[in-house]
Amino acid sequence: MVKEKTEIFGKKERALISDPLDGNNPITVQVLGICSALAVTTLLAKAVVMAVAVTLVVALSNFFTSLLRNAIPSQVRMIVQLIIIAFLVTVVELGLKAVNYPIYKELSVFIGLIITNCIVMGRLEAFAMANTPWKSFLDGIGNGLGYGLILVIIAFFRELLGKGTLFNYKIIGKTSEFLIDTTNSTLFGWYEPNNLMVLFPSAMFVIGIIVWVHRSWNKDLVDVS
Amino acid sequence: MIELLNIFIKSAFIENMALAYFLGMCSYLAVSKSVKTAFGLGLAVIFVLGITIPINWLINEYLLKETGMFGIDLTFLRFILFIAVIASMVQLVEMVVEKASPSLYNSLGIFLPLITVNCAILGGSLFMISKEYNFAQSFAFGIGSGFGWFLAIIAIAAIREKIRYSDVPAPLRGLGIAFLITGLMGMAFMGLMGIDPASITGH
Repeated sequence: MVKEKTEIFGKKERALISDPLDGNNPITVQVLGICSALAVTTLLAKAVVMAVAVTLVVALSNFFTSLLRNAIPSQVRMIVQLIIIAFLVTVVELGLKAVNYPIYKELSVFIGLIITNCIVMGRLEAFAMANTPWKSFLDGIGNGLGYGLILVIIAFFRELLGKGTLFNYKIIGKTSEFLIDTTNSTLFGWYEPNNLMVLFPSAMFVIGIIVWVHRSWNKDLVDVS
Repeated sequence: MIELLNIFIKSAFIENMALAYFLGMCSYLAVSKSVKTAFGLGLAVIFVLGITIPINWLINEYLLKETGMFGIDLTFLRFILFIAVIASMVQLVEMVVEKASPSLYNSLGIFLPLITVNCAILGGSLFMISKEYNFAQSFAFGIGSGFGWFLAIIAIAAIREKIRYSDVPAPLRGLGIAFLITGLMGMAFMGLMGIDPASITGH
C-alpha cells in the first residue's frame, strides 16, 4: 500500500476554505447561486438561515458524492447527484420546519430550490467528482461560507436601506418603538425607508456594486475580453 | 382557449420567470455573451418547461396527493420526484433530439444538460403547484414561462453584445454591468405587474 502524506488541516486545506471567500467567490466570480441570493436577501435573518442551509447541503453532498465518485456510472451521474442533493435538502427542509417554523414559512420555495442552486451542482461536478471526501467536505464548507458572506452583505444593505432595520430591530428612520425615540433625532430620524430596496431589482444593483468593489480591489479578476 | 392564452401571456410577460422572479439567473448570466448561444439555450428551456410541467402535474395529481393512487399524502417526496423527472426528461429530450434532428442537437449542444440545474425549471413546477392549475393550464403555463425566459435571455444577450463597444469602467466590465442591466430590465418589467389579461379580453 502506498502511503501518501496527507495533512488533516495543512496549507492546501486552509486554502480550500479561504479561496471561495475572495478570489474564487461562488457568487461574484463563479456566478453560481444567483437566484437564491436575490430572493432571500430582503431580511438579514433570512439570509443567515439560507447561508447555513446551503453550507450544510454543499458540504454534505460534496462529501457523499466524493465517497461514491468511483461507483457512479458517468451516464447517470446527474441523476445520482441530484438524488443525493434532493435527499439532503429534504432533510434540511424538515429540520428547519421543526426548529423555526416562521422562518421556514418566509423562505418557502427557496429551501426547495437549493436543489437546483448551481453552487451545489457546480461544486459536485468541478470538485467532488475528482477529490477525496475530506477535501470535498472542506471545499463545500468554503463555498458555503463564500456564498453566505455575499448573502449577508446584500441583506445588510437591503434591510437597512429598505426597512431601516437590522435583524428586525429599527436602526434608522423615524420610530419610537425601540430603545431610543428617534422621532426628533437628527442623527437617525432623517431617513425615509426606500421601498425599492425590498424589491428584486435592487438586489441586482447591490450585487453589481459588490462585483465592482471586489474587482477594483482584486485586479486579477477584471474581465479583459 | 382564451383562458389558456391568458395564462400564456401572463406567464410570458407579466410574471416573467427571469425578470420578475429572477429565476434561472445563473445560466441567464453565464450564457448571454452572444445572441446565437442565448437563442439555443432559450429554445431548449421552452422545450423542457413545456414537457416537465405537465408531467410533474400528472405525478403530483395521481401519485403524491392524498386522493391519488396510494391514498396517502406523499407530498414530502415532491422535490426528489420532480427533480428526478426533470433530470430524466432532459436526458431523454437530449437523446430524442440527437436522433431526430442532429442540426438542432448540435446548436443546443452543451446547453441541454445545463438545463437540469436551471432553477426556472424546478421553480416552474413548484409555481404550478402553488397556482393550482389543471393539466391544460399547466401546459400553457410551461410554454408561456419558457417563452418569457427565452425573450429575456435574448434581450440581455443583445444588450451585452452592444455594450462591448461602450466605455465601461474596467472593474465593472462583463459581469458587473450585466447585473446592473438586469436590474434595470427588472424595473422595466415591474411596470407590467398588476395588468390582468383576463380583464382586457373580457374573460
